[in-house]
Amino acid sequence: MGEAPAGSPVRSERTGDVAVVYAGDYLNKLSGERIERVCRERLREGCRALVVDFNETSMVNSIGVSILLGVIDAAERTSARLVFAGASGQAAQLFQLLGLTRHVTLAPDKQTALKLLSEFTDAGAANH
Amino acid sequence: MAEQTDKLIHAFSALADLGAEIAESRDFEEMVRSTLHVVLGALGLRRGLVAEYEREPALLRFVAAWGMGDDAPNMATFDAGRAELLCVGSGLLNLSETQTRPALPQQLGTELTATLVSLRVSLVAPLVVHGELVGLIALGGKATDEAFTAEDRDVIRTMAHHIGVGIHNHRLLREVERRADENRQLYNNLRGIYRDTVRAFAAAIDCKDKYTQGHSERVGKYAEIIARELGWSEEQIEGVAVGGYLHDVGKLVVERDIINAPYRIDAKQSSELNRHPAAGYEILAPIRHPDADIPLMAKYHHERIDGRGYPEGLMGDEIPPAAKVVALADSFDAMTTDRTYRRRKEFPDVIEDLRSNTGRQFASDVVIAFCRALLKEVDGTPRERRITRLLGKGYIEPELVRPLLVELIEELEARAHATAGNG
Ligand SMILES: [Fe+2]
Repeated sequence: MGEAPAGSPVRSERTGDVAVVYAGDYLNKLSGERIERVCRERLREGCRALVVDFNETSMVNSIGVSILLGVIDAAERTSARLVFAGASGQAAQLFQLLGLTRHVTLAPDKQTALKLLSEFTDAGAANH
Repeated sequence: MAEQTDKLIHAFSALADLGAEIAESRDFEEMVRSTLHVVLGALGLRRGLVAEYEREPALLRFVAAWGMGDDAPNMATFDAGRAELLCVGSGLLNLSETQTRPALPQQLGTELTATLVSLRVSLVAPLVVHGELVGLIALGGKATDEAFTAEDRDVIRTMAHHIGVGIHNHRLLREVERRADENRQLYNNLRGIYRDTVRAFAAAIDCKDKYTQGHSERVGKYAEIIARELGWSEEQIEGVAVGGYLHDVGKLVVERDIINAPYRIDAKQSSELNRHPAAGYEILAPIRHPDADIPLMAKYHHERIDGRGYPEGLMGDEIPPAAKVVALADSFDAMTTDRTYRRRKEFPDVIEDLRSNTGRQFASDVVIAFCRALLKEVDGTPRERRITRLLGKGYIEPELVRPLLVELIEELEARAHATAGNG
């Protein structure tokens, strides 16, 4: 799952409506566009929520920010929920500074992110 | 205030990223896409596109887009007048002012303005290098939902300048590559014409002598095979092949009757025939060949290592190496094809001839190389059996020929070794 067309694959996994996509260490290069592509694929497959996991991403640069803004755009176009999990202090500060946090929820790690989303989907389900 | 400083530091490091992306990307579109990401990521912008301006035909070609889903256009016509207007303008165009500044749509054109507004682009930066438009970058949607600040505009202006220079440089490079390609193609065409002319000439030479049809072409091919086995460069190989094709060109000026004589010719006729190497040189010398030695190959293809050849009686290394190769190729073909007054030799006799004449008529290294090439064919190494094919079906019997070749190579190598030891 989540094979990128070229180079090392973007790792992603899916549990029910939620997909976790791992940002890895290629976010900050042009090849990082593959992350956005994988996110869009998961959304097209019907995922209602995305977690982008930054556990293996030490820092985020301008290209990384742009790619993540693309992910935000893709999520908003399908009204999907989006959580960034495990971002480093530097990255989290940058997300705050540039306004990404207005569009995305930050979680300290993947487990917390998934828990957050399950509460959301449960709440969503309860509303119906 | 602290936030403003942090933003400035981030923009600054993005500027460094931009320089690296422009310098390191070898592919034009990759370079443009990377730089767009840097600008968007520097200021936290949600969408943008970069277009390259082409003068002929006058249009904007959108090279990179981000945050626009599938809505980004591919190209838009953009006439030269507008391009000029953009260059003399004051820099950034704020599309959110289209209502208050009616001049704006005029600058970009109503259609393009409408397209960009529909894509929620709010700022356009023309990319200008040396007073000429090379493209533009269109940006919109700060993730903070704030308006562009004066500092943002400064960052965009600086980055736009860098991206413009990057596009301009890539274009220059593409132009240089295109011209180099054109030149290469032209050169290859000329080489092709030259080769065809040479082959036509060879056919004309062989036509004069009805019993040696295909001789010149075969000599060219044998010479090429030997030169390759000797490890010569591609240019040298091609040169010696041409030398082989043209070695007998002088026969065009020697009497047809003598050439076609169905008997062994007398001394007078022989001296007339022996004029052909020098005559060939006279014909070939005024031509500017890619390989300057070609006239010498014609002139010296009847010279012998022992100095008993003609026209000059050169000895050993006085004979140019390429002429030694052509000489062997020529004699080998003469031995292995039927002539008016005799049938061709059996292959074991050819080997004997090579054995006794190496060091007298033929250069040892040239004979060894030829035998090696033939041995490789007999062993089935090369996919193309070129010599075997030139000799015709059934002439070479591998089981018989192989030991003869091995023996001759060993003997000639031992002889060469002994001579080197004595010297
Ligand atoms: Fe000759």
